Amino acid sequence: MTVLVDYKAGNLASVSLALSRLGVEHAVSGDPEVVRRAERIVFPGVGAAGSAMETLRGSGLAEALTESVKKGTPLLGICIGCQILLDRSEEDGGVACLGIVPGEVRRFRFDTLPDPQLDPGPRTDPGPRPKVPHMGWNTVDFLRPHPLLEGVPSGTHFYFVHSYYPAPSEASAVLGRTDYAGTVFAAILEAGNAVATQFHTEKSGEPGLRILSNFARWRP
Amino acid sequence: MLAKRLIVCLDVRAGKVTKGVKFLENRDLGDPVEMGADYFRQGVDELVFYDITASAEGRGIDLEMVRRVAREVFIPFSVGGGIRHLQDMRDVLLAGAEKVSVNSLAVRHPEIISDGAKAFGNQCIVLGMDALRVARSQAVPSGYEVVVKGGRERTGIDAVAWARRAEELGAGEICLNSIDADGTKTGYELEITRQVCRAVGIPVIASGGAGAPDHLATVLAADVGADAALVASLVHIDGWTVGSLKAKMAEAGVPVRI
Repeated sequence: MTVLVDYKAGNLASVSLALSRLGVEHAVSGDPEVVRRAERIVFPGVGAAGSAMETLRGSGLAEALTESVKKGTPLLGICIGCQILLDRSEEDGGVACLGIVPGEVRRFRFDTLPDPQLDPGPRTDPGPRPKVPHMGWNTVDFLRPHPLLEGVPSGTHFYFVHSYYPAPSEASAVLGRTDYAGTVFAAILEAGNAVATQFHTEKSGEPGLRILSNFARWRP
Repeated sequence: MLAKRLIVCLDVRAGKVTKGVKFLENRDLGDPVEMGADYFRQGVDELVFYDITASAEGRGIDLEMVRRVAREVFIPFSVGGGIRHLQDMRDVLLAGAEKVSVNSLAVRHPEIISDGAKAFGNQCIVLGMDALRVARSQAVPSGYEVVVKGGRERTGIDAVAWARRAEELGAGEICLNSIDADGTKTGYELEITRQVCRAVGIPVIASGGAGAPDHLATVLAADVGADAALVASLVHIDGWTVGSLKAKMAEAGVPVRI
């Protein structure tokens, strides 16, 4: 059975409805034992990394998730559930995360102009400063084929809402990337049986649903 | 590249989508869930449902409708019109909406913005704002005043100052509706849109006045700066599909999701 992890970090309704629409039987649970027994795990989340990690540690879910990934259970992280897979996040003054994917989570910074020493070239008018959060539909370029992406063309738009972005330290962890106002970040992560999307697969229309259904059938 | 969003607005009255000019003479157009699902299939980027009579009737938003929409529509949608307190926000979000929109309530109780942002995250809270063109004055230096109750009641608050305040309080987005342009089909009110886009660092949705695809391209261009354009009668009544609108926008150089 697929388990949708409920750790009180925002709203699970949309992910659950999307899975139901696809006919994916799933249980919604915050019980570490249920997570340990799961055939596959969907790990969503909105909100802040700090409080999410606090809840995961306090409930024993953090351990259950890392153990499950270690023993090969397929896991899909979404949004905060994607960021938490890395070693640490800059959010909330610095938070240690699950460390399933090496690297860190950084904040979008557009409040400083480029250093003229480092970037002496002529600059075109940058226009209004890019907004944070990065909210809306942006394109994701796939770096290589993967069962998760079957039937979805590279360059497809997905729906993002986030102020922090994953920065894995190993290039092999980046399955898809996105450019927001010059900051290129990892929008899809891959680490063996764990995959994750920074965008909201459940709110990204048909392509998002396709990724969810691909995950439900994936046998890494 | 981040796409500019095309948002379809569905005003719901007594369970039916309705459309009027300047909030008068409404006529029924269809079932909100069926219409929302149809626009989803057409490729709309986002939907907005306003329960336009909930406030007047002193009741909460029709949550069953929100649940039905959430089962059919897998893109972000926001709900507004009858939010009375934090619990209403929670109910609407748990029913499957991505965002809630507050308008008059936030004017009366600005702390609903910060309370909502703290409880659910900034990205969930949309400030809806109706702006009326007035003479510039010390109290209203932008020349646009915030009005409530569908434009029937003035507040004395400057629209640009209110947008800034809402951002400080934690709003994640501003939906800026021009009372002057609404229903006229002569184009969005560019001046106030430009002013608000320059004043805040959060996304701005332009609303009111769309009568042709080039109106969307104009308000979304860099010199005005809106992040999203809201339409209603263009698609409900005038026969434009989401796809045909987006094709026109793309022709005009607007980055859109096709």
